[in-house]
Amino acid sequence: MPRSRRQDARRFQQFGHTELSISTKSNVIARRLIQAVPVIVLATFIVFALLKLVPGDVAVTLAGDNASDARIAEIRHLYGLDRPFFVQYGAWLWKAAHGDLSTSLISNEAVLSSIARCFPHTLLIVMLAMVISLVIGIPLGVAAASREGSWLDDAIMTVSSLGVAVPNFWLGMLLVALFALDLNWLPATGAVPLKENVRGALSHAILPACALAAGGVAEVTRQLRSSLVEILSSQQVRTLHAKGLSPSAILWRHGLKNVSVNLLTVISLLFNRLLAATVVVEAVFAIPGMGSLIVNAAIHRDFPVVQGVVFAMVLVVVVLNLVTDILYNVLDPRIA
Amino acid sequence: MVDLALTSDRRPSAFGGFARWFRTDLRGALSLSFLVVLVAVSAMAPWIAPHPPTAQDLNAMMAPMSSEHWLGADDLGRDTLSRLIYGGMASLYASFLAVTVAILIGVPVGLFAGYLGGWVDDIVSRVIDSFLSFPAIVLAIAVTGALGIGLTNGMISVGIVFAPQLARLVRARTLVVRNELYVDSARCFGASTGRILWRHVLPNTIQPVIVQVTLLLAGALLAEASLSFLGLGIQPPNASWGSMLARAYQNMEIAPEQMYPPGLAILFTALAFNTFGESLRVALDPTMKRL
Repeated sequence: MPRSRRQDARRFQQFGHTELSISTKSNVIARRLIQAVPVIVLATFIVFALLKLVPGDVAVTLAGDNASDARIAEIRHLYGLDRPFFVQYGAWLWKAAHGDLSTSLISNEAVLSSIARCFPHTLLIVMLAMVISLVIGIPLGVAAASREGSWLDDAIMTVSSLGVAVPNFWLGMLLVALFALDLNWLPATGAVPLKENVRGALSHAILPACALAAGGVAEVTRQLRSSLVEILSSQQVRTLHAKGLSPSAILWRHGLKNVSVNLLTVISLLFNRLLAATVVVEAVFAIPGMGSLIVNAAIHRDFPVVQGVVFAMVLVVVVLNLVTDILYNVLDPRIA
Repeated sequence: MVDLALTSDRRPSAFGGFARWFRTDLRGALSLSFLVVLVAVSAMAPWIAPHPPTAQDLNAMMAPMSSEHWLGADDLGRDTLSRLIYGGMASLYASFLAVTVAILIGVPVGLFAGYLGGWVDDIVSRVIDSFLSFPAIVLAIAVTGALGIGLTNGMISVGIVFAPQLARLVRARTLVVRNELYVDSARCFGASTGRILWRHVLPNTIQPVIVQVTLLLAGALLAEASLSFLGLGIQPPNASWGSMLARAYQNMEIAPEQMYPPGLAILFTALAFNTFGESLRVALDPTMKRL
């Protein structure tokens, strides 16, 4: 597309870049990487500032009831609470950047190793839910968009609005009641590491993933439908109709090809949503994942663990968004 | 002066427009009616509920549906229907609290960032970006952990987590509105920044905010249910729909039917908020199609 390339050229000249086309792409990637840095730094700041929300004397509150003076002093030292805020933050950031997320106030386990133990369980469910969402959501979205306004479209959209509104932990409870207790097909709770036993891991993960996927299916269906409807009602498609192309050829060759790029955005949004939703679903299925880790830590005010988990999750999301953004640039020649 | 010129007499009366909307939009009308009934029932909980929500009837532990306990009773013999009604009050209060916090933080931040522009806008936008990278409920759990467990703290946390969404929306609208002629003319007349924002910018950014607020109410309801289910929200003996589900789940093998009333209540209420929000979106902006 010569027009867009000329626009790129103009835009990059404004930024002081003189090389064009080939290096444009790597420049864009570099710029995205640079843009991600402040977001990550701010995120670490937010994570650290959570500590400032603790009412009263942080050390006393975190030490819990009946804590000894020595314990309080220990916690004060751990966070360096007697030093200025930005010094505390700098010290915390410096340690975090070196992979030291401190240790749990309760179990004394290193936070990073807790996360390493819990994250695979969460990732398995989220990935499985992602696959289910896409495998069911994409055909539904295409079906709804290709027959826009029909009873099929109405039915699909009604089901998807139910999917958005259903509390997924409740859905999980219903699934346990049906498939684990009544039918006895699948285990009700617990988790098995994928490395030890693939079959066992999947049989434990499938119900939570289904519970999680309800919102995902709905989300994918809606997004895909709305972007496909937009493309199908565009000038470009009207021209194709005028040329005498059959509706199915337009849908498959032109509609879906254009939508496939949007799908990337949908996937990264979906990941963020599922990662959040899994926290509650894990509680239903007693899965020792990130959700259980942070909920227990929050209840017991085990603050290093809370901060560590939040930080790990936001890092995963930011990195994934970055990868999506870069892929987006690589795949779609129109975007620079 | 400006206001007078804008209120043209061609505008249909507010009630007439509402009546027409109510007749033509079945889904919207149904969901609005549902919500009105729900709010009314919750507000009148002490008079409507057949039993006090925390009264234990030890003869009725895990009772099935009966004429005495219409929806049965929980493991402590507390009437499920009464707890559902009181729980609805708690859940609705929680949702409105969270959304109010989100509005109070998000709208001013978005207005100032969008209107002032420049480095203020740059910084605020980056902060919003980082906040939006956090998985919402995870951040809410962390904030609740910091503030202390409880329904009010939990919902303030949810409000803080939702605020950036509103801020982003308001900022985007403000960027458009601040260049409109009427804002320029107000500035020429010497209006202060505060007055311009309050009288001219805010009213013109409010439509998408209303829609988003309705959708956020559904989100807040689900967040409240999640937090209370996890034990971070409402504390016993008080009930919310989420804590009722937690209780029902513990006793699932004995009385599985106790899972249905609170779950369906959450589902239908969230559905009603979402549907009403979508209807509002269409009603307020006729050029927009149903998503």
